[in-house]
Amino acid sequence: MTSRLVISSENEEFLARVNELSGQVITLCDQCGTCSASCPMVDEMDVTPSQMMRMVQLGQSEVLRTKAMWLCASCFTCTVRCPRGLDLSRVAEALRQTTLRQAADHININAIPRDELAALPQIALVAGMRKFTG
Amino acid sequence: MNSNSVRLPYYPGCTLKTAASSFEISALASAEALGMELIELPRWNCCGTVFSLTDDDLIHHIAPIRNLIRVQEMNRDGILDNENRLVTLCSMCFSTLKRAELLVRENPDKLKTINDFMYLEDDYNGDVTVVHFLELLRDMGREAISEKVKRPLTGLKVAPYYGCMMLRPKEVGIDDPEEPTIQGDLLSALGAEVVYNPYMKLCCGSYQTMNEKDAVVRLVHDILSHARADGAQVVATSCPLCAFNLDKRQKEVKETYPDFEEIPVLYFTQLMALAFGLEPGFSGFDQNYVSVEPLFKDRQLIPE
Amino acid sequence: MKSEMSIMERIAEAARSVTTGVDAGSVEHWVTIYVMGKGYRVPADLTILTAMEYAGYRFVRGVGCRQGFCGACSTVYRKEGDYKLQTGMACQTRVEDGMYMEQKPFAPAAKPAYNIADETFDAAVFLRFYPEVARCVSCNTCTKSCPQDLEVMDYVQAAIKGDFESLAEGSFDCIQCGLCAIRCPAEIVQYNVAQLGRRMFGRYGHPVPEHLTGRLEEIQAGKFDEEMDQLTRTPIEQLEVLYAGREREAD
Ligand code: SF4
Ligand code: SF4
Ligand code: SF4
Ligand code: SF4
Ligand code: SF4
Ligand code: SF4
Ligand code: FES
Repeated sequence: MTSRLVISSENEEFLARVNELSGQVITLCDQCGTCSASCPMVDEMDVTPSQMMRMVQLGQSEVLRTKAMWLCASCFTCTVRCPRGLDLSRVAEALRQTTLRQAADHININAIPRDELAALPQIALVAGMRKFTG
Repeated sequence: MNSNSVRLPYYPGCTLKTAASSFEISALASAEALGMELIELPRWNCCGTVFSLTDDDLIHHIAPIRNLIRVQEMNRDGILDNENRLVTLCSMCFSTLKRAELLVRENPDKLKTINDFMYLEDDYNGDVTVVHFLELLRDMGREAISEKVKRPLTGLKVAPYYGCMMLRPKEVGIDDPEEPTIQGDLLSALGAEVVYNPYMKLCCGSYQTMNEKDAVVRLVHDILSHARADGAQVVATSCPLCAFNLDKRQKEVKETYPDFEEIPVLYFTQLMALAFGLEPGFSGFDQNYVSVEPLFKDRQLIPE
Repeated sequence: MKSEMSIMERIAEAARSVTTGVDAGSVEHWVTIYVMGKGYRVPADLTILTAMEYAGYRFVRGVGCRQGFCGACSTVYRKEGDYKLQTGMACQTRVEDGMYMEQKPFAPAAKPAYNIADETFDAAVFLRFYPEVARCVSCNTCTKSCPQDLEVMDYVQAAIKGDFESLAEGSFDCIQCGLCAIRCPAEIVQYNVAQLGRRMFGRYGHPVPEHLTGRLEEIQAGKFDEEMDQLTRTPIEQLEVLYAGREREAD
């Protein structure tokens, strides 16, 4: 059975936008899966890092609804291992920023109990605020 | 302070002033013993912890660059004598400051925009080189370190945990990202027995500790139980966030994995100060969730 | 007639000569200003506040001391031909020809309730009540907006580091005008953070002054009871004389 995949101009625009924000040429990804095999957070993710790349290649903006892009810990393991020299951590950041720049925060800081906030070291809160709020 | 000590500008980072003060205190004491005077930057600001990764963003690079300007000012004002190496301890600060240094070096146009934006400051001239304290120690050579050891950590099995920011990405990493030895080399110069396995460069989950505690608990469990399995008695680190996850989150690890055996986590500088026989080496353990004192007393590394 | 006016009306009355009481014929220099886009010709030596009153605006809120202390009359303006968005206190800033302005008397600001006695003296108190301090990007916009010339960014940074002393000292002259907060890209309410910090420092950090402790003991021991009694029984006219003749530092 064959099926046809139609790439619309909207899809192309989305890919171009993520290329631009991330500074990566995402079509270079050949889906080898090295990133997914290396990712410390993959167990918790709904799509794997390489699937995330594929979705962006196809210009599927549904990728913005995945949990995976928020679960990326920016550990740069995929970055040092990608045989195509791609920096997936930048792609994930571009996806997060696409959402955050629409004034849609990923976390609601007011919903986190104050005692839990106070127990965190600054380094965790500063990093979390930068990654999860716009 | 001995008169021919090297005076170096030093960036602490906010967590080293609070939850990780034992890291700073032990590092400053060890540096002094090695003839280095680390001088805290005046008016330093939080570097932002994480380097901003989108191509068009500049505002988040302001914070690290502002700190580099402080180094320039120290030289301008005669606090330093033409010393442009900025020393960091926290791996995340190191990475963020270092990447900002490289970013503006490679992109003069971006630097110009940043300088124009910060019109109240002197222009940043691009001269500062951010270094991690471990790099300085490596460059001194093993001899210079082991010479200072008064209480060798003989027989103590330590697993150096590298995490991410010290190693990755390659252009800023201070060692081979797949086969790092820099921390292990130091620990062995202190007399410790180094236990290494690939889990020592597995990410601890980092800032996900804020929002996805379960993932962090799983990772910390994997990292520490592999260290244990290889016989480690202590884990060493150079990042207050790693330390928080690896140490404080053991409480939750134990709840999720009842068979888990706890293991103390220290900053590498605490072990160094201990081996050098310095006062701060015998203290500062009260910041730990998993206490190291029973082990150290048992091995007569600290007074009963 | 004076006694029938509220205190606010009396203060406004004192400034009346420069607003409604001006004889246009005696004014030599005029400037044109734009209030929320509408142009007005006003005498050149007025402040933004009095110029707006001259133009017919009446302030019920958004003004107080008229001396640059209460922080109520925050204003935002641009000068002709300058890209910079400027901030200041309307009662302290003189109008210039071609100035565009609007009043920003109030900054909506969250202010969580806390009890200083229940808090521990470390940086966690800021993360607990104002976690957004962790969002500071060190852009320095707050410092540039501050009419009191405070190093606002530095005191926010001091909060992140848990350096209560620098925070308390650096923010001591804050008049809570809110201008820093409305310009902050990280949406931090700097002056409330500072107030929490000063309260914490006052309670836990600041050394207890010996002379104050001593004086309090004297008061408690009743050393001044008699004098106080006498004062409360003195008629008001006599009190006024006493007050005017009191020992004081030179102005
Ligand atoms: S490692 Fe690189 S090439 Fe391979 S799937 Fe991941 S992004 Fe694509
Ligand atoms: S950078 Fe993100 S996607 Fe890549 S390995 Fe780390 S957590 Fe996974
Ligand atoms: S990385 Fe940290 S410890 Fe380092 S300065 Fe920034 S938040 Fe603070
Ligand atoms: S906090 Fe975890 S993610 Fe970070 S440098 Fe430390 S190991 Fe890496
Ligand atoms: S610090 Fe903020 S609120 Fe206080 S005086 Fe300055 S601008 Fe106004
Ligand atoms: S304006 Fe806000 S983000 Fe900018 S330095 Fe001030 S507090 Fe920080
Ligand atoms: S009216 Fe009080 S500061 Fe201007």
